[in-house]
Amino acid sequence: MTQPTPPMAVTVTGLRKSYGDHVVLDGVDLEIPAGTVFSLLGPNGAGKTTIVKVLSTLIGADGGRARVLGHDVATEPDAVRAAIGVTGQYSAVDGLLTGRENLMLMARLNRLGRARGRSRATELLERFDLADAARKPAATYSGGMRRRLDLAMTLVGEPRLIFLDEPTTGLDPRSRRDMWQIVRDLVADGVTVFLTTQYLEEADQLADRIAVLDHGTIVAEGTAAELKRRIPGGHVRLRFNAADEMESAARALGGEADADALALRVPGGGVASLRDLLDRLDSASITPEELSVETPALDDVFLALTGHRGADDNRQKVNR
Amino acid sequence: MTALTHALGDSGTMVARQLRHLVRYPSMTVLLAGMPILFLLLFVYVFGGAMGGGADGTGNRAAYLDYVAPGVMLIAVASASQGTAISVAMDMTEGIVARFRTMDIARVSVLTGHVVGSLVQSMLSVTLVTAVALLIGFRPTAGPAEWLGAAGLLVMVSFALTWLTVALGLVAKTVESASNLPMPLVFLPFLGSGFVPTETLPTALRWFAEYQPFTPIIETLRGLLMGTAIGDSGVVAVAWCAAISLLSYLWARKLYNRDPAA
Repeated sequence: MTQPTPPMAVTVTGLRKSYGDHVVLDGVDLEIPAGTVFSLLGPNGAGKTTIVKVLSTLIGADGGRARVLGHDVATEPDAVRAAIGVTGQYSAVDGLLTGRENLMLMARLNRLGRARGRSRATELLERFDLADAARKPAATYSGGMRRRLDLAMTLVGEPRLIFLDEPTTGLDPRSRRDMWQIVRDLVADGVTVFLTTQYLEEADQLADRIAVLDHGTIVAEGTAAELKRRIPGGHVRLRFNAADEMESAARALGGEADADALALRVPGGGVASLRDLLDRLDSASITPEELSVETPALDDVFLALTGHRGADDNRQKVNR
Repeated sequence: MTALTHALGDSGTMVARQLRHLVRYPSMTVLLAGMPILFLLLFVYVFGGAMGGGADGTGNRAAYLDYVAPGVMLIAVASASQGTAISVAMDMTEGIVARFRTMDIARVSVLTGHVVGSLVQSMLSVTLVTAVALLIGFRPTAGPAEWLGAAGLLVMVSFALTWLTVALGLVAKTVESASNLPMPLVFLPFLGSGFVPTETLPTALRWFAEYQPFTPIIETLRGLLMGTAIGDSGVVAVAWCAAISLLSYLWARKLYNRDPAA
């Protein structure tokens, strides 16, 4: 029954979608090799969720073609559905059912059979650290637990391609790290992951390839390292107690001085450049009052790649 | 063949889900049965003494109870279908339906789950209302065959209204509007022969009352339970139920299959 996985898990050409006269996707092209993690990076309203919805057969596109695991999403939606798993931005769990019942519901809908379903549910509850809460209604779960249950439900049917739409938005740092580890484990199992995120760090941590989406078009694509080369690097900000200290530091290090704040902004921020910077301060016998490293934010990426700062915040977010 | 077994299997799974919801959330059933019970008590004890005279000329509360009970049973069905709209709308606003849509399962199963679940809820509610009516002195003359016929009619009405409210739940943008849209259904029995004979109504209202679906349904139910004349009301009632079921089913299916709104 299992078909050989095609080399490309997802192929998208010229995908377009509008709601009324609001253009959400304006000719998107994508290719995602099977067995890799692909991250679609972009601010709210860029069209990330809309792409996920089209590729997961939830909505139709207005133009272009999309093939998922060898099947056309428009003409063979059931074949696509049988092979994918989707964890959306809004937790798709049944709050009135317990964690175990939610998983058993998925097992039945995936036609696993009673015994197989039960063992799969137990296995996933263990793996996602939900065994203690298995008998509680999902409505009583914390945000992180709900998200884990949601993903566990997606995995019941052992999909070959998983869409994770902003899987860590709204999670605390610890839950976010847990989620990252879960994604890494998935990839180790050979699953293809399509991840959307608005966090550069998340894409950096997880993705083999990253595409940056802005106003419905892909503005850059490549590995994290390739993209970073196109992004202005981080800065080190030094603050001093006295103006003369700042001036001698500026002579030793270069950078932009801010006389009012008694601060100096020096390009760099990697470990090597930081070590070099401290050495130079040391040999000049300067001790700054305060030192902080400013890493590039998504806004900086956008500024570099698109020439404008992110998408307008007041644009309507397309959720459903 | 496999498509059919899958559709049946998936529908069964969704029905089980809805029944579990009923068990987990019994307050909804109690709430939905509460309103018709209140109406029953209100009409019998507050208006009953005065209304009994107008209704059948004998001027007694017990006779009026026998007259209004079938109408209140239908209000119970209509009220329960309001719950259907709410639970469908809640389902649609949560992510779970998006999940179902991206799975390789029979599409209609989500809706059949709601319909069968609501049918069960509706029958529970009608049973509660009937029990209260019997408790306060409702004395139907029906034998087992008539009771069975009455139950069958109530299931048919409930089936029709449930498909209608599934569609209303799908068309509503919010859970609040989903709970308001079916409101007229609860009041239709009042504008028919549920509480007063239609002959006592002013002309325009009487015309409406005689042609709206609840009047033949109430007349049939009353005939089965109290032995009054049914005439052609039975056929008309069944035709209404079938027509509402079919049109509502087609409407609901169309609404469910369209792309989710932006």
